[in-house]
Amino acid sequence: MTQIILPALSIAALATVLAVIILIVEHYLMDYGEVDLTINDERKYKVTGGSTLLNTLKKENIFIPSACGGRATCAYCKVKAVRGFGEILPTEEPLLTKEEIAQGIRLSCQLKVKNDVAIEIPEELFSIKEFKGRVEAIDDLTYDIKLFRFRLKTPETIDFKAGQYIQFQAPEYGDIDESVYRAYSMCNVPSDQTSVELMVRLVPDGICTTYMFKYLRVGDEVTFTGPFGDFYLRDSDRRMICIAGGSGMAPLRSILKSMSPEEIAKRRPIFFFGSRAKKDLFLMDEWRAFEREHPDFTFIPTLSSPAPEDNWEGETGYIPSIVEKYVDNVAEAEGYLCGSPGMLNACVDMLVRSGMPEERIYYDKFE
Amino acid sequence: MEELSPFVIFFASIFTSNILLTNFLGMCSYLSVSRELKTAWGLGLAVIFVLTCTSAVNYWLYYYLLVPQGLEYLQYIAFIIVIAAFVQVVEMIVDRVSDRLYAALGIFLPLITVNCAILGGSLFMVIRKYDFVQSLMFGAGSGIGWALAIMALAGIRRKMSRRSAVIPALEGPGIVLIITGIIALGFIGFSGVVQIN
Repeated sequence: MTQIILPALSIAALATVLAVIILIVEHYLMDYGEVDLTINDERKYKVTGGSTLLNTLKKENIFIPSACGGRATCAYCKVKAVRGFGEILPTEEPLLTKEEIAQGIRLSCQLKVKNDVAIEIPEELFSIKEFKGRVEAIDDLTYDIKLFRFRLKTPETIDFKAGQYIQFQAPEYGDIDESVYRAYSMCNVPSDQTSVELMVRLVPDGICTTYMFKYLRVGDEVTFTGPFGDFYLRDSDRRMICIAGGSGMAPLRSILKSMSPEEIAKRRPIFFFGSRAKKDLFLMDEWRAFEREHPDFTFIPTLSSPAPEDNWEGETGYIPSIVEKYVDNVAEAEGYLCGSPGMLNACVDMLVRSGMPEERIYYDKFE
Repeated sequence: MEELSPFVIFFASIFTSNILLTNFLGMCSYLSVSRELKTAWGLGLAVIFVLTCTSAVNYWLYYYLLVPQGLEYLQYIAFIIVIAAFVQVVEMIVDRVSDRLYAALGIFLPLITVNCAILGGSLFMVIRKYDFVQSLMFGAGSGIGWALAIMALAGIRRKMSRRSAVIPALEGPGIVLIITGIIALGFIGFSGVVQIN
């Protein structure tokens, strides 16, 4: 009997002793106590040390964009480390450019807060929050684009600039065993503070869009963080050339609809909206009404390959070849673009060739 | 084995009985972490440190706990637990004490828990009936030998990535194993000096 019990007990005792040692070491060594976190030189926080910078900031309700959950693969969570973080880690190196390393840019999910630290982040990030909302409506815009309307629960209101986006969280569902975040632009106006509207195109086999199209129902709870992004209306007197394709209409709808009548008269926006065929067009009546309301606004839907039964009499072909037909002095205007990378690159090339400086072209690329 | 001087063991475990090149222990991290000299050096240092320390700890465990109880056959499991716990504790200490050391060495420590050269070192110490000083020297020597081998390979791989045309079928582990074989042949040249096996 002892021959069986003795070895089992010895190994158990050995493992216990070692586990206790590890726990003791962890308790004394991994306890970093309270440390000072300084952001942008002026904001100071007292935080508990020991966890990653990303999670520490999250506890202070500062949300750094992050899509991979701290595994050093997405490289969204870049921050500028001013002091207190030591040398660059081998896990960060492949995701940062030489210029970023020289500037002290680091991945906040890889950095541990162990002592007093200081970082710099864009001021807008302070207004980023995690929102809980409820699905109020899901409407079909086309056969593969839906409009989702979420009413906010906590916090009850959102402050965003027209053109910005949120990161929608798709929870685990079906065979998908981890939650993912995907970015979608708001298509409602910022004055509508209690809700958020998104236009989402179904991506074949897309984890997030499949969830939103197949699983999400009216009344369900949703989680998202935001607002993010630097695609918003710039203050100037220049004419606005707006170009969008498919669900890229969202941020431009928000921007155009939030402009005052005086602003529209001054900026004379022209909106080129590209689709494949008539079945891909949506909200046409809404834009026509907007056009009647504002004589200085022009809406040009274009189809790249209209079907014979469409009886399409509007513009056809690719947008780059159409813009110059409608705008006399492209070089003096300002560009606002949103859509797929292929369409965007072609349009940016065209605008640059027409003499528009690249810094006056603002765009939001789907990736 | 009493007659072997600890220094002979130290020297032999680096060159003539290199734990990697004669016993082929610790191959997995040797193959995967040998792409760059800097990381190979970090891992090498970690192996030297852990192999030396665990030889000492396991010596004590074996002769003062297992042998008196007649539990020598539990050495495998006991050694593995001790190595895993030791690596954990060291990682936490390094993390706390120095950021630079953690960046250079700490991140490799978890890889070492499953490095068979570490367990091999402790088992050879028992099989060859080394005393405490001999075990310590054997552990340190084996660690240094392992580090030497991985650095040699990393150096060759770096040169090779710049100017050699490797047949596509042999790229990666294939050519690395061939190179390792050639390095091992080279080390056999030392074997006339001393023998400890």
